[in-house]
Amino acid sequence: MTSEQVAGTLRSGPGRVLVAVYALFAVAATGRSAYQLSVQASEAPVPYTLSLVAALIYIAATVALVRGGPTWRRVAWSACGTELVGVLVVGTVSVLVDFPDQTVWSGYGSGYGFVPLVLPMFGLAWLWRTRTVGVDPSHG
Amino acid sequence: MSGALTAVVVVLAVLTAVFALVDVARDRDPGWLTAGALAVLDVALLVQAVVGLVKLGQTDRQVSGFPFSAYLIGAVLIPPIAFVWAATERSRWGTAVIVVGALAAIAVESRLDQIWTG
Repeated sequence: MTSEQVAGTLRSGPGRVLVAVYALFAVAATGRSAYQLSVQASEAPVPYTLSLVAALIYIAATVALVRGGPTWRRVAWSACGTELVGVLVVGTVSVLVDFPDQTVWSGYGSGYGFVPLVLPMFGLAWLWRTRTVGVDPSHG
Repeated sequence: MSGALTAVVVVLAVLTAVFALVDVARDRDPGWLTAGALAVLDVALLVQAVVGLVKLGQTDRQVSGFPFSAYLIGAVLIPPIAFVWAATERSRWGTAVIVVGALAAIAVESRLDQIWTG
């Protein structure tokens, strides 16, 4: 297998759908949180900042999945892992404490059909399934 | 906003998703029915963007203009981007991208409605 094929593994097959959903969330979450922060930041600075952090992670995951290869595979692992921890922590906190406004991750992503909760699980599963194809011994 | 136009867009998006899902189940590239539905959906989204922007300019109500316009224009970009990303993967997974695009269009309709009604 050539290095080009190895790099392309993450965005092929099921990865094609994964990238599509990640890209969608990257664009939607970035636009929405940037707008909320610039126009109504004083209303709920913490949730909007959290949304922006989530948005940046979606961007990182999208880019990493598209680029592929050992280094970007590591970035993808970190991004999907952080995302799963983030949605679980923020989801739990948002249930316990009354958040002043919705974020991507509040209620475990209930405002987005729970896609934010399921997406990192699929992302991690996809990285795990394609691990032997990669040339990254640290995650092999 | 035009409720009728929203309904048309949602029906077209559901049709596109169903046609694409049938192609996915058959493990094939997007068929002419799926591609056609996606194209018609994009035309409807384009009409909606024009009508929506005109209505935004005319309304006396408080509507958040920037996100409303962004969703209107962004929606028009969904079908072509989904098509290109689908076409470069010659498997059922490419076709599944069109399902994602159609569902995204429905999500945009819901958001547009929320913003318009305030």
